[in-house]
Amino acid sequence: MSASHITKKLAVLSGLLLAPGVALADYALNMTQGVTEISNDIYDLHQLVMWICTIAGILVFTVMIYSLINHRKSKGAVAAQFHESATVEVVWTVIPLAVLVAIAVPATGVLLDIEDPSKSDVTIQVTGWQWKWQYNYRDEDLSFFSSLAADSNEARQLDADPSLKVKADNYLLNVDKPIVVPVNKKVRLLLTSNDVIHAWWVPEFAVKRDAIPGYINESHFTATKTGIYRGQCAELCGKDHGFMPIVVKVVEQAEYNAWIKSEKAAIAAAAGDSNKTFTHDELMAKGETVYKANCAACHQADGSGGGPFPGLIGSKVATTGSIEEHLKLIIVGKGIMPPFGAQLSDADIAAVTTYERNAWGNNTGDTVQPVAAKAAR
Amino acid sequence: MSDHPTGIKRWLFTTNHKDIGTMYLWFAFTMLFIGGAMAMVIRAELFQPGMQVVNPNFFNMMTTLHGLIMVFGAIMPAMVGFANWQVPLMIGAPDMALPRMNNWSFWILPFAAIMLVAPMFIGGDFMAGQGPAFGWTFYEPLSGQYDKLAFFIFAVHLLGFSSIMGSINIIATILNMRAPGMTLMKMPLFVWTWLITAFLLIAVMPVLAGVVTMMLTDKHFGTSFFDAAGGGDPVLFQHVFWFFGHPEVYIMILPAFGIVSQIIPTFARKPLFGYASMVYATAAIAFLSFIVWAHHMFTVGMPAAGELYFMYATVMIAVPTAVKVFNWVATMWKGSMTFEVPMLWSIAFVFLFTIGGFTGLMLGVVPVDFQYHDTYFVVAHFHYVLVTGSLFAIIAGVYYWLPKWTGHMFDIRLSKIHFWVSAISVNILFFPQHFLGLAGMPRRIPDYALQFTEFNQISSIGAFIFGGTQLLFLYIIIKCIKGGDKVSDEVWEDAKGLEWEVPSPAPYHTHATPPTVK
Repeated sequence: MSASHITKKLAVLSGLLLAPGVALADYALNMTQGVTEISNDIYDLHQLVMWICTIAGILVFTVMIYSLINHRKSKGAVAAQFHESATVEVVWTVIPLAVLVAIAVPATGVLLDIEDPSKSDVTIQVTGWQWKWQYNYRDEDLSFFSSLAADSNEARQLDADPSLKVKADNYLLNVDKPIVVPVNKKVRLLLTSNDVIHAWWVPEFAVKRDAIPGYINESHFTATKTGIYRGQCAELCGKDHGFMPIVVKVVEQAEYNAWIKSEKAAIAAAAGDSNKTFTHDELMAKGETVYKANCAACHQADGSGGGPFPGLIGSKVATTGSIEEHLKLIIVGKGIMPPFGAQLSDADIAAVTTYERNAWGNNTGDTVQPVAAKAAR
Repeated sequence: MSDHPTGIKRWLFTTNHKDIGTMYLWFAFTMLFIGGAMAMVIRAELFQPGMQVVNPNFFNMMTTLHGLIMVFGAIMPAMVGFANWQVPLMIGAPDMALPRMNNWSFWILPFAAIMLVAPMFIGGDFMAGQGPAFGWTFYEPLSGQYDKLAFFIFAVHLLGFSSIMGSINIIATILNMRAPGMTLMKMPLFVWTWLITAFLLIAVMPVLAGVVTMMLTDKHFGTSFFDAAGGGDPVLFQHVFWFFGHPEVYIMILPAFGIVSQIIPTFARKPLFGYASMVYATAAIAFLSFIVWAHHMFTVGMPAAGELYFMYATVMIAVPTAVKVFNWVATMWKGSMTFEVPMLWSIAFVFLFTIGGFTGLMLGVVPVDFQYHDTYFVVAHFHYVLVTGSLFAIIAGVYYWLPKWTGHMFDIRLSKIHFWVSAISVNILFFPQHFLGLAGMPRRIPDYALQFTEFNQISSIGAFIFGGTQLLFLYIIIKCIKGGDKVSDEVWEDAKGLEWEVPSPAPYHTHATPPTVK
């Protein structure tokens, strides 16, 4: 019986037992082969080591089971009294050693390939933040943040409607803004962190590398197939560690060039917003979006806070305190609150400040314009 | 009539190795249920995708405290409990060498445990998760963000005091108080494994104390050991932590090897095969445990040469470990086996620990570790080693020596149910986690993408069965203490060793006159 056959049977069986409503059975049993040469090498190495272990296991367990069946007192077995043999000990020390050498040789070769990030075509700096990723295309002067997609974020709340998870596009594995890289080009990653240690992991590329504050780690991948590849943070980084996915779109070179161009144009267009004046309602609408994407994870969507995270309803900062103090707090952060100055534009900061001072009955009537945010920096 | 104080004073002031051993074991059992209850919360939250039971911070607090409580509260104290009860009985000593220190090593523990969990209850919002939530490995800088870090640090200091004193005591006892004629190479293997473990503890607990003290001064006294912004190094934390942490893994498994090496020969009615090679293998594992620590940090960005060294050194551990497994199998070979309850647990140990050993070898191979690291594959690996390894050996040891301690045989029918349900459900619990990890599910996440649903549900069902079954273990033990069939001094047919020569139940004072070992 083939493995997939067994898998299907298992799926049917547990489908009956467990979750009659859920028809999403996946039952992936093995590691992905991935879409890079290195991920394929790693897969092969994994198969090699796994089969060596499986065969060794079968051998040892067969001897043991034979003994358990035949050398039992109830079958009249009389205990032999041998209890040592130098020859045997030497033999079963040397055999595992030889097997280990057989594993170590190919492993060394693959490792040296992995640790060679030279001759790359594109360099992207990856910075971990609690709890999102920042990508900086070093050769293009292009930088943006990538965080959990809004539909997944809504569906993962404690009291969310369970059907939202199924409706969400790639629940928990989708972001608001994926990174785009060209196919068949060597992409070098420079990884660091702004706060605690994160780890950037995309299984299909077999890249998992820690992003550590004060360090710049290097890694690389060359995707050989276009498509969308998903991953997650792999190092516990606090409350929302499970909610900072990674999405990489691998496209043809021409499409990549077009994307870079349009991104740069969008940045140029947004730059003018710092000097623009918005209406109160525009700022409230924009503020709510910014708040949900950046603030609600700790202060909650309804501003109630919880645990170490203060509530904003009627709080001094968001009501009677000065607007300037409020802006400063958002820009530079305080204690466990990260600084948002680098992540948010002047218009975003002005909008979210306006929102916080007027939402949830805070009703101060204040309107904060981008120029104020610019001045507070 | 009693030859010892009674009531609360007996337990508070006791210097008797049996009383202290009993307290260690009950303490460990209590912590097993507390840590186990936390595991149930974890598996309940992971039963389906989405957040249903607790918020993400509370979930992280559960995984953190579950790990810390099981390592420092359940497995380690249980092993010390066995050492207290059995080492003097097995080497023919009247008690431990340093009985008053022994009392103190135990009584520090409950206070350390209270200090560890107290922050959960400090503050107004229990469900927000106010306790430590940075993983049992408490990596900086994440742990440095926690406002009540000092509770954790002092809890670790207290645990360290307790372990170091306990280890000094065990070493002093074994080296000085053996009965005439019991040379080192005649000691039961359990005693050997504990002697080596005690040296490991003395070597690494100060390192742990050092790392948490550095955290304390970083947090409260303005130093920057681990803070990059102040010129410190977050990776230094991991090197120091794992220099403690890797030997710690062997601290939890070596005494388990010892217990199993006592039980298998008894029920195979055949001496342990390769006794000397078992001693050497244990010492080799202990030595290697000091030079492989960075295999926990392959993704941290070490130079390729460093990664290669740690890979070669790590896979070397497979050799002495394989020798041990071969020796156990050779002990069974051509024996005259019976399958009493302690033997059942020991056989399950050999099977399932071996699976954990294989996945350990796989994890040691650096390139593939880049895919396994920090996934459920790792979770499956260390639970096979620690649950079906250490914990199964502890349960085997309890069933093996409980009749000696109480003078009664336990309920055999119930204990066989306990074994079979546990042995099956523990595999339902942990085996699917290998698949989850290979399919790409990171560890320490409170919620997951929909494709991981089915194996998580299977795993959770296994967890609820396995967890619930341990209540039966509690019942069996209480029933056995209260009464049951009287056992002979030997308890098990033709059992070898000094502990089987004293009466059952073992009197309050034993080996007042040292026995002579031929």
